[in-house]
Amino acid sequence: MSQADVVVGGARAASPLWQLSLFRSEVTSVFRRWRTIALLGVLAAVPVLVGVAVKIETGGGGAAGHDGAGPAFISQVTNNGLFLVFTSLAATLPFFLPMAIGVVAGDSVAGEAHAGTLRYLLVAPAGRTRLLCAKYASTLVFCLAATLVVAVSALAVGALLFPLGDVTLISGTDVSFGEGLLRALAIAGVVALSLIGIAALGLFVSTLTNSGIAAMATTVGLLITVQIMDQFPQLHAVQPYLFPHYWLSFADLLRAPVYWDQLLDNARLQALYAAVFFSAAWARFTSRDVTS
Amino acid sequence: MEETATERAAIATRALTKRYRGGQTAVDRLDLFVPRGSVFGFLGPNGSGKTTTIRMLMGLVAPTSGSAEVLGAPMPGAVRRVLPRVGALIEGPALYGFLTGRDNLVRFDSADPTADPRTRAARVGAALDRVGLAAAAGKKARAYSLGMKQRLGLAAALLQPRELLVLDEPTNGLDPQGMREIRTLVRELAADGTTVFLSSHLLDEIEQVCTHAAVMARGRLLTQGTVAALASSARGRLAVTTPDTSDAVRVLKEQGVTDLVVVDDRVTGDAPGACELADLNAALVHARVRVRAFGTERASLEDAFVALTGEGFDVAG
Ligand SMILES: Nc1ncnc2c1ncn2[C@@H]1O[C@H](COP(=O)(O)OP(=O)(O)O)[C@@H](O)[C@H]1O
Ligand SMILES: [Mg+2]
Repeated sequence: MSQADVVVGGARAASPLWQLSLFRSEVTSVFRRWRTIALLGVLAAVPVLVGVAVKIETGGGGAAGHDGAGPAFISQVTNNGLFLVFTSLAATLPFFLPMAIGVVAGDSVAGEAHAGTLRYLLVAPAGRTRLLCAKYASTLVFCLAATLVVAVSALAVGALLFPLGDVTLISGTDVSFGEGLLRALAIAGVVALSLIGIAALGLFVSTLTNSGIAAMATTVGLLITVQIMDQFPQLHAVQPYLFPHYWLSFADLLRAPVYWDQLLDNARLQALYAAVFFSAAWARFTSRDVTS
Repeated sequence: MEETATERAAIATRALTKRYRGGQTAVDRLDLFVPRGSVFGFLGPNGSGKTTTIRMLMGLVAPTSGSAEVLGAPMPGAVRRVLPRVGALIEGPALYGFLTGRDNLVRFDSADPTADPRTRAARVGAALDRVGLAAAAGKKARAYSLGMKQRLGLAAALLQPRELLVLDEPTNGLDPQGMREIRTLVRELAADGTTVFLSSHLLDEIEQVCTHAAVMARGRLLTQGTVAALASSARGRLAVTTPDTSDAVRVLKEQGVTDLVVVDDRVTGDAPGACELADLNAALVHARVRVRAFGTERASLEDAFVALTGEGFDVAG
């Protein structure tokens, strides 16, 4: 029997489950990159720096923190190491975390186009829509992983350097350490969710160019621009539509009862950005010529 | 019968045209017919539109106008149905430098939704064996030589049994030994019944392995057919061996033979199109030219190409 006979008469029968192979392959190739590990390493180092700085400052006999100075919750860290998780997430969410997402998302399609591997994925055939979905999904996995790296590193450093115990919420009520931990987990989830907008934006930028570097730089540049715009009182009218606008609303999970308004605003805004920019990425990617 | 024609065709295009955004027409109203089971040489100098044609056939770029069918289904519409049955090497290999050779193949195989994950490792191993890379499979691809990268690219095209293999300049950058290996591989695959579509700017390569060929220049198809027919369509040069070279030249000129060249005791020239060679010989003998040998030199594909374009082959870029 000749080789060709085996497959004559159409495509091989395929199980729908086999489609997941591409997603798994995307996730593994994101995490096997040296660059990804370096980004996660930097993110893991932030809580260490913050924790050590707080320890040194208080070890010198000075009062722990001053209200209004430094990242949120920093004054509570000395009393309860768990607060290092909240402080670290508040410190990394404005720039470090979204920058890492911008790098991974920006490189996702453009990097493969630059290397030429995109054409081989497409003739495999990955399918343009399926490939784009797998790219976005793996970027979202990275969002979650990056957030968890910050949270877990902060928890470890906090437990090592500071006492752990009952958590005093912003609203003044005390909850057990266990519940505090659960709230920390929920906050990590909200922070990861806060990143899906910029992930979609980065994916879209990535479909526009054949240079991974250009796509990463553009995405990070957009992030910085938008963050600056969010600070100007004159731009008050547009700020509710800027994707980072409600990012720090995760602190509302540390109230009893929880303030849901801004948390929901954030979720809606992220979903909107994700839908708009993923659609734009799809429209672009499914119609473009792949010549690199 | 249109239908049976397309069934017999591994590739059939109709007035296929591509203008890139720069405005230049890279492929101009191409009508290509690649029979199933052939080893088809797609010949043309650099910049003649070979890669652009292959990109359209593989659904990577959209044609500006015209249509293409691959394995009987329209492209790019039937990409997901057709491409699992096609292996391709386009514009040289492209690999993930941070992955090993084996993991590169695993990645490309994972991208094929018709590839069974349970047999993935075995198929990857077989493809590595087939191109002789088994020993280097654990090395990072960035450490591969160009020849090894080319082989790994070929291995990716051979992960599944294919009905059609599309190889865009597969011997580019290889040493003579590597070129020979690729040719052997192509012959083996063809013997298995796989249609091989092979682009090249090297004439002798096409002549050595192909049963059929098409010739491109500046985006246009000049001719296509079996290699034998193409070569014979260019008439070989008339060659006469004689001690009386000056008389021979005079007589042949009278008979309408052009471009006469004398080297030692050999006279060669282009016989006019409608001309019986026996009459030329008779004229020579009649004029008492002593003829030691008389005949035509076998025409090569290169002669055919020169006849078609009026220029040498490796001219452009
Ligand atoms: N991505 C592109 N954008 C614009 N022009 C292109 C592009 N790719 C190729 N061309 C042009 O199209 C023509 C055909 O190129 P190509 O198909 O690569 O030829 P070949 O493979 O025969 O060398 C060339 O003139 C080339 O400059
Ligand atoms: Mg080419």
